[in-house]
Amino acid sequence: MAATSNAGETTFTTPSAREITMTHVVDAPRALVFEAHTSREHVPNWMLGPSGWTMPVCEIDLRPGGAWRFVWRKEDGGEMEIRGEYREIEPPARLVQTECWGGDWPESLNTVTFEEEDGRTTITSTVLYPSEEARDRAAATGMKDGWAAGYESLDAYVAKL
Amino acid sequence: MHVSPDQLNATFAALADPTRRAILARLTAGEATVKELSAPFAMSGPAVSKHLRVLERAGLITRGRDAQWRPCRLEAAPLREVAEWAEEYRRFWDASYERLDDYLQHLKEEGHHGRNE
Repeated sequence: MAATSNAGETTFTTPSAREITMTHVVDAPRALVFEAHTSREHVPNWMLGPSGWTMPVCEIDLRPGGAWRFVWRKEDGGEMEIRGEYREIEPPARLVQTECWGGDWPESLNTVTFEEEDGRTTITSTVLYPSEEARDRAAATGMKDGWAAGYESLDAYVAKL
Repeated sequence: MHVSPDQLNATFAALADPTRRAILARLTAGEATVKELSAPFAMSGPAVSKHLRVLERAGLITRGRDAQWRPCRLEAAPLREVAEWAEEYRRFWDASYERLDDYLQHLKEEGHHGRNE
């Protein structure tokens, strides 16, 4: 299923029971977008989630088998850490890495592709869980230890599906 | 939260199809008949009915008892389970990508092109 989105919008789909796919179009060439995703100089400037968060730790060993680790600090001082390992690195087109939130959170395999057309880049990011059971554990852990989400209305959510 | 794995699987399978997602989006505006739901699609009534059966089995819609019209209504509970799961990702990446847009603009203005070109 092809997800399409306009510049500035993020489209979310669930292509299978074990996956979430996000698509976002940016107004920049993919070499720059790839670098923004893989450089310590850039990642802490934008991959910050809700406003008020910072990323005091950003470790990137960009080679197959290399480790990465990001730590976010929330407004209340609490911290959240995600780590993983790079699996495939094909600049500026494709990035595959594992991702683990620690504790009970099961490791997922994340694939990000960068496709350029007319100077704009489509970022497609897929989070794949190893099993439906792992996905359910992630869901349960995410709710328990997650980001205390204030959910928007169901109507708005469905409109984005 | 109480997620039933079977329920989640049925919901995800139902949501994997763009026509079914469009039908659900339409039903957020209120009840509709098969005829009304078929209108935006180049699809026969029976083809739409097939999608409705999948949605009904997944518990995402219920259908009225009126034998002739059987209007469809959205059922929110299973969607909420999926929504809660996906919502964590959505909140994080919506905010991050929005910031990325501005950041890339800033990099371009500073003359960056990316090291791989």
